[in-house]
Amino acid sequence: MRARPLILTLAHRLAVLAYILFALFPLFWLLKVSLTPNDLLYSEGVRMWPSRVSFDHFRFVIAHSDFPLFFRNSLIVAGSTALVVTAVASLSGYALSRFAFRAKYWIVALMLLTQMFPLVMLVAPIFRLLSPLGLTNSLTGLVIVYSAFNVPFATFLMQSFFDGIPKDLEEAAKIDGATQFMAFRQIILPLTLPGIAATVGFVFTAAWSELLFALMLISGNDAATFPVGLLSFVSKFSVDFGQMMAAGVLALIPACIFFFLIQRYLVQGLTAGAVKG
Amino acid sequence: MASIDIRDIHKSYGKIEVLHGVDLAIKDGEFIVLVGPSGCGKSTLLRMIAGLEEVTGGDILIAGNRINDLAPKDRDIAMVFQSYALYPHMSVAQNMSYSLRLRKTPREKVASAVSAAASKLGLDPFLERRPKALSGGQRQRVAMGRAIVRQPKAFLFDEPLSNLDARLREQMRAEIKKLHGELGATSIYVTHDQIEAMTLADRIVAMHGGVVQQVGSPLDLYDRPANLFVAGFIGSPGMNFIEARYQPGEGSPAARLADGTLVALPHAYALEPDTPVTLGIRPEHVVIGGEGREAAVELIEPTGFGTILHLALHGLPFKVFTTDRKVLNAGNAAAVSFPPQHLHLFDREGARVAAL
Ligand SMILES: Nc1ncnc2c1ncn2[C@@H]1O[C@H](COP(=O)(O)OP(=O)(O)OP(=O)(O)O)[C@@H](O)[C@H]1O
Ligand SMILES: [Mg+2]
Repeated sequence: MRARPLILTLAHRLAVLAYILFALFPLFWLLKVSLTPNDLLYSEGVRMWPSRVSFDHFRFVIAHSDFPLFFRNSLIVAGSTALVVTAVASLSGYALSRFAFRAKYWIVALMLLTQMFPLVMLVAPIFRLLSPLGLTNSLTGLVIVYSAFNVPFATFLMQSFFDGIPKDLEEAAKIDGATQFMAFRQIILPLTLPGIAATVGFVFTAAWSELLFALMLISGNDAATFPVGLLSFVSKFSVDFGQMMAAGVLALIPACIFFFLIQRYLVQGLTAGAVKG
Repeated sequence: MASIDIRDIHKSYGKIEVLHGVDLAIKDGEFIVLVGPSGCGKSTLLRMIAGLEEVTGGDILIAGNRINDLAPKDRDIAMVFQSYALYPHMSVAQNMSYSLRLRKTPREKVASAVSAAASKLGLDPFLERRPKALSGGQRQRVAMGRAIVRQPKAFLFDEPLSNLDARLREQMRAEIKKLHGELGATSIYVTHDQIEAMTLADRIVAMHGGVVQQVGSPLDLYDRPANLFVAGFIGSPGMNFIEARYQPGEGSPAARLADGTLVALPHAYALEPDTPVTLGIRPEHVVIGGEGREAAVELIEPTGFGTILHLALHGLPFKVFTTDRKVLNAGNAAAVSFPPQHLHLFDREGARVAAL
């Protein structure tokens, strides 16, 4: 009776382990290459770990490349986009979840429609729109474009979180003496923290790693984000893998820190105990 | 505390009207219980008084002031929800003090109001806990506590006890009655539970299909139901109805049943001879044994306190409630008779017929 569950548990664990190895292997390779000195990169063949590690690539990337600038630009763009989108999506998601208003159906349909176009189709028109406004080659331009593209999905995401919060709660708050907005801010928003964390994380990573628009709208190093910067390690004649991978490892850090900070909210169901259980 | 006047209230959702003109004058300090079958509009009416549902027609007055267009927060009423609707991210104390904090009440006053309410409801040991760490009964108390910390003009309850088990419900029912005695606050209470309605109410409002059927004291509704709906709804097991025709007789008015036999009536009524009527008699008022009509016993339901007999009388289902444990078995025959003073008479439209 007890043997079978044990085998099942073991199989389950093994499957999970295999998946984790599979998913993390590219990251491991990234780290491995970034730590391999140039002279060993091609001479040692395929090895799981170089015979000697060095931080030369990191040193070079931080001290002698434009990478810190790209990094800063990306941080600004991704951070601002995440803030703007989450603020807008919280409000619009709440409206879609709680209010009945005219044209609601059409607004939702329109937002879905925007998600159906391949982005490549939109690059040229967006460039034409932004360039007379002086928003090409600027971080502000990128934030605007990213926000526009992320708001619809983030709105639906937030709406689903608001839908999960019982309506009774804000009605109780209103009867207790709160305005609609106070009920939203003091009762609903704190309960939506997991949803907000998920939305912020989703939008931040999307903006952090976006390449197409960054490549098309930005020329020159001043406003380049780090995915664009990574490409600068590819020259006409060679690819500097060591430095590129070192830059890649550095670029992972903010995302890791970020998810470390919000993971508490991602896993926590805060609404437990709201209504009868 | 205040009076509440409901004047010709209508409510429609789009083209569907769910309340068809409700009038109700509630006195200061009165405990009103709204009863009626599911979907008759009780919650809708309550939510309109609270300001959670827009009024489509008519007026609502609290303490003489028309409040149709006031936001819920400006109506100064408290409501206890069926789901309790406790704020999950706040402790019990914070849940109870939220309304006071919103009103910028001084801190010492908040603290004393919360501790007074907590000790009234036996919540002192739980003040720092989150709602999810409480039992259903404790959560229910917190919901009550949240309502009583401030002195609102009125309390609204929407089936507050329906999520509790029977024993706890009985206990909370008594506590609500006691609380109402102490606070004397105007209260409107929605319930499905007959006993809650009968025991708590100063006056019961029986609703059906968005229309008020009868307003009166619990015993009024029990003794003199205004129509067939109220007669059948109040009381458990429900009243028996028998189709008959009115016979004025010569000083001995009676109703003639379908099989031609006569049932003596207590009074004469202002009805033409041979008018079709419905006779009503409560199961607990039927007399079993002795002289009477023959009925077949089909089913016996002992409740401990008494026994519910399901009979077939002239081929129709008929219920009797008796506290007499006389052994009757399914398949036996029983003799039933109807004491005239307990008979109710309703006309073709279902309205109670008054005695001459
Ligand atoms: N948002 C709505 N749109 C359309 N119809 C509604 C809406 N809310 C309620 N109704 C209808 O209004 C009627 C009254 O509903 P209400 O909730 O007041 O019933 P109730 O008497 O409280 O029933 P219950 O005892 O089951 O709680 C019902 O027929 C319901 O279908
Ligand atoms: Mg209801």
